[in-house]
Amino acid sequence: MREKRFSLTLGVLFLLLGIMVLISLNMGVVQIAPLDVLKTLIGNGTERQKLVLLDFRLPSMFLALFVGAGLGVSGAILQGITQNDLADPGILGINTGAGFAVIIYIFFFQQSMAMVSGIGIYILPVFAIVGAFAAALIVYALAWKKGVNPIRLILVGIGVNAGFSAALIIFQVKMNPQDFNQALVWLAGDLWMGSWNLVFAVVPVVICLIGWTIYKSKTLNIMNLGDAMSMGLGVRVEKERRAFLLIAVGLAGLCVAAGGGIAFLGLVAPHVARRIVGPKHERMVPVAALIGAMFLVMADTIGKNIIAPAEIPVGIVVSIISTPYFVYLLMKTQ
Amino acid sequence: MEDKKQTERTELDGLAGKQWRAGMIFIGTSVLLVIAMALSISVGVTDIDFKTVWESVFAFVPESTNHQVIRELRLPRALAAALVGAFLAVSGAIMQGLTRNPLASPSIMGVTHGAAFALILAIVFFPAISNIGMTFAAFIGAGLGVILVFAVGSFSKGGLTPAKLALAGVAIGGMLSSLSSAISLHFQVAKQMSFWYAGGLTATDWLSVEILLVAGAIGLTLALFISRSVTILSLGDEVSKGLGQNTLVVKALGVIVVFILTGAAVSMAGTVGFIGLVIPHVARYFVGTDYRLIIPVSAVFGSLLLVISDIGARLVNAPFETPVGAITACIGVPFFLYLARKEGRGEI
Repeated sequence: MREKRFSLTLGVLFLLLGIMVLISLNMGVVQIAPLDVLKTLIGNGTERQKLVLLDFRLPSMFLALFVGAGLGVSGAILQGITQNDLADPGILGINTGAGFAVIIYIFFFQQSMAMVSGIGIYILPVFAIVGAFAAALIVYALAWKKGVNPIRLILVGIGVNAGFSAALIIFQVKMNPQDFNQALVWLAGDLWMGSWNLVFAVVPVVICLIGWTIYKSKTLNIMNLGDAMSMGLGVRVEKERRAFLLIAVGLAGLCVAAGGGIAFLGLVAPHVARRIVGPKHERMVPVAALIGAMFLVMADTIGKNIIAPAEIPVGIVVSIISTPYFVYLLMKTQ
Repeated sequence: MEDKKQTERTELDGLAGKQWRAGMIFIGTSVLLVIAMALSISVGVTDIDFKTVWESVFAFVPESTNHQVIRELRLPRALAAALVGAFLAVSGAIMQGLTRNPLASPSIMGVTHGAAFALILAIVFFPAISNIGMTFAAFIGAGLGVILVFAVGSFSKGGLTPAKLALAGVAIGGMLSSLSSAISLHFQVAKQMSFWYAGGLTATDWLSVEILLVAGAIGLTLALFISRSVTILSLGDEVSKGLGQNTLVVKALGVIVVFILTGAAVSMAGTVGFIGLVIPHVARYFVGTDYRLIIPVSAVFGSLLLVISDIGARLVNAPFETPVGAITACIGVPFFLYLARKEGRGEI
């Protein structure tokens, strides 16, 4: 019965996501009706429709879907292994670390933000991941004091975040004004380079990592019971925790490479998922991925259309929508 | 009986000793501050020697370019740096005393984001707004930021713990800055705003110094006036009530001080982080827990730190300016991490 209800929930979520994708694809400066969207996808559209849809909207749609899902799963893992409801790659400084690495890469190896192309597109995510890991390592090491206490982890995360932000400012000031503006927008979270190359560079890895997490999600359940209990149940806690942390940080790094520093999504998606299907990770993780994807597609659509022809970076829309929820959570948690 | 008198006397001696020590520290730091300000006036795109600095103040020659540079640009800037540093440090001290929270400070509490948000609204809705009007808007915004963060922290279950306060600051700051970006993108005023963000102390003139002096006269006096009550309040609400204090009045006055001082500081200097967090701890390390001593010592320490940071901001990447907030963060972040390690126990 429960399994059946879970399948039903999944079905409904997929349906909603599909509808949202169609709506999002058809909205924008050039309107394309849903039927035409389908037609274009199977190869019967006009040249203009093909150009807009296949070269611009579809790649950024893919990125929105998988960045959203990745952040959702990353947040779910972090919340699971730290047993802390307020953990999120943005708050822990992982996003800013990745952003810092990307800015360094652009500053030293590329002439400008707009010129990242060719092989650079494949190197960029590598830099982002390295930055994410460096940040995670710093946070983890500084929070370590005979074990890692969740609150210390978050406080240290906030501090490291501030440090990276200050370092970012120094580099940004040295950039030319145009790049500076672009960097600012990108750091706020923006699916700026919606190119197929980036999709190919990022999406397969994200899918693998999410798949692995769902496969291992039962371990996450046990770890959520606390260290002593999970050791009693035969889980090698430290080893598993490190593995999960690697996955979560890797996902966050990839998402930053593709979508900039989108904050709070990794925090909110797991909470909504928990509301819908309860705390069991084998259900919660896939639902968090779906919710994350849905949320980001929605935010992207709003950002692109609400003040058209100007665009609001998607990260800004996400944080305007989700901070009230975060504040609510904060006030509720003991 | 004898014993009791004895301990009383040593306690009194202890207090007098502390006051004496605090006085020495205050005077010593003030001397350093004057030297730092002289240095701040003399270094820059063109280095001007101390003799000229001295002459420009006490024997002004209007024809000399150097004298004019000093009078019109560098002197107000050095004064503003000293005042802003003092304001941030004192409001940090008051916040930490009132909340008994070691992480309380203007920089992590939505102040700058609140000020920026109000500035954006002012620019968008009153495009012809004067400089004084903008200052006033930043004032109100800074105050609102503090109040929002405090409110979220205080009304949550389990009260205002350090972690809660920090997280509330992150949340409210994120929210306000996102709203500001969205508004500035829509109305295309991002350029005007980035000037303010990166501004630091670059644009200070005598008018800013005058505004700061007025705010300082009111804010710092009020801070000293309530310092005794803050000391008692920092021992706990119950103690304070037991000793017959009206805690509500003290807290309200404290919030007003914070409002005036941070509002003025932020509207003049933009995002200068961590001074309000670090300095009160340093002051407490030297003079103990009495806010009558902490507040004046914090003020001079804060001035000294910001004047030096401002010199650093001009030298690190000369001839371009580095935002002074980045310099203070270099000092502040390690300190914040140290506090986080120390305080990060217990429940959220």
